[in-house]
Amino acid sequence: MNKITGILLTIYSAVFFLLIPAYAKEKDIIFATTTSTQDTGLLDELIPVFEKKSGYRVKTIAVGSGQAMAMGGKGEADVLLVHSKDAEEKFVKDGFGINRRIVMHNDFVILGPKDDPARIRGLASAADAFRKIAASKSLFVSRGDKSGTHVMEQKLWKKAGLNPEKEKWYQQTGLGMGQTLAVVVEKRGYTLCDRATYLSRKNKIDAAVLVEGDAALLNIYHVIEVNPKKFPRVNAEGGKAFADFWVAPETQKLIKDFGIRKYGAILFHPDAVK
Amino acid sequence: MDLIVNGIIQAFSLIVSLDPEVVEVTLLSLKISGAATLASTVIGVGAGTAVALLRFPGKRFVISVINTGMGLPPVVVGLFVTLFIWRSGPLGGLGLLYTPAAMVLAQIVIAAPIITGVTLAAMQKLPARLRLQILALGATRRQLVWLLMKEARLPLLTAVMAGFGGVISEIGASMMVGGNIKGYTRVLTTATVMETGKGNFELAIALGVILLILAFTVNYILTAVQQRKQK
Repeated sequence: MNKITGILLTIYSAVFFLLIPAYAKEKDIIFATTTSTQDTGLLDELIPVFEKKSGYRVKTIAVGSGQAMAMGGKGEADVLLVHSKDAEEKFVKDGFGINRRIVMHNDFVILGPKDDPARIRGLASAADAFRKIAASKSLFVSRGDKSGTHVMEQKLWKKAGLNPEKEKWYQQTGLGMGQTLAVVVEKRGYTLCDRATYLSRKNKIDAAVLVEGDAALLNIYHVIEVNPKKFPRVNAEGGKAFADFWVAPETQKLIKDFGIRKYGAILFHPDAVK
Repeated sequence: MDLIVNGIIQAFSLIVSLDPEVVEVTLLSLKISGAATLASTVIGVGAGTAVALLRFPGKRFVISVINTGMGLPPVVVGLFVTLFIWRSGPLGGLGLLYTPAAMVLAQIVIAAPIITGVTLAAMQKLPARLRLQILALGATRRQLVWLLMKEARLPLLTAVMAGFGGVISEIGASMMVGGNIKGYTRVLTTATVMETGKGNFELAIALGVILLILAFTVNYILTAVQQRKQK
């Protein structure tokens, strides 16, 4: 018994210690961001570039903007890339975040089944479209996860003077944008979607852009560093280096080229360099 | 239908071509769940044997706790492990969150009760007379435990397989404490969820098929050991 236990223990401790990183955590950056940047493949393009250049390891946690800021608000992340304007401003005002800088933008679109039962195709106002969806009781699929997209959607419902939360035709997935799109297609519903995620999935899904171009649908991404004065364990240097990377001219060019090369259209319009 | 067929075809082409990313994800799954299973085997077989053989007050309660632990929901384990190891938690200073070590830790919490429970049942099922017989032959305590374990080796290997099966297929805890970080904590299950989110269903199916093959291979090897020893 001793022999076998000994062998097992040796193997086990060898494997375990190999797995424990050699406390190089100064070199780790925890990056909380939205699902759209991951689901489109943008992060897979940019992060290796940064890691190679800086020597940091970026630990990306792709959640909704709401959850990303909740992580930042507890000091569990070092740097955020989010798109939820009012919540971001509050986050910085409350002292959790510093150095909020604009990175890029695109816009939201309203997607729906091609036969468009609520007759919203081509409407100029998103709020009008929402009213018609409600009036026809067509299925609307909401993210329901406090993400930037969900917050924008709630804002539009408010603007339309409606509160659909308890309606039968209003369903919340609690999932990321990519998975929510799958639900939308399967159930033939309407949804609000960021254009980048839509473009990256366009050829695979049976849903059409029905409303776009309303100024209210602008979708802006900001990078925010988590305030190291508030949370001493935050990797301030790493967070700043990564935030700087997002707004650097070379990165901005990569952001612009990314969509064109991969999907034939700009997914994210760079805004940091004018 | 096309999608499923394409997914399976893609799975085999990814395996045959040894796609570096798939290989990396697969090896990491194997390493993390393998380490967790090994550790859980040491803990579980030890604890299960001890509880089975010793007599102490509250034994029934302890056994109930172990049996409940066999069905611990991985997400709940993930949540509690997260609360302990994140920066503001009691073990925050170790910087363990979003590391493979954290995933091993969470998986041990999942697998150890499974292995303990099956071991316990196996040891309790041994005929009571066997114990007396061994003792009558003049065995020391240590020899007794060793001989009983040897006698129960078949169900003990089942315990190991159940533990491994529980953690290799587990997603909730891996996602929460690992974070699905590319090249670092991305394992087969978390990668499958992510690729589904991206709409890459073929790749998601491929990863699922690879997970099944991996689980089958490991269980096949363990079963081979188990059945060989039965002769």
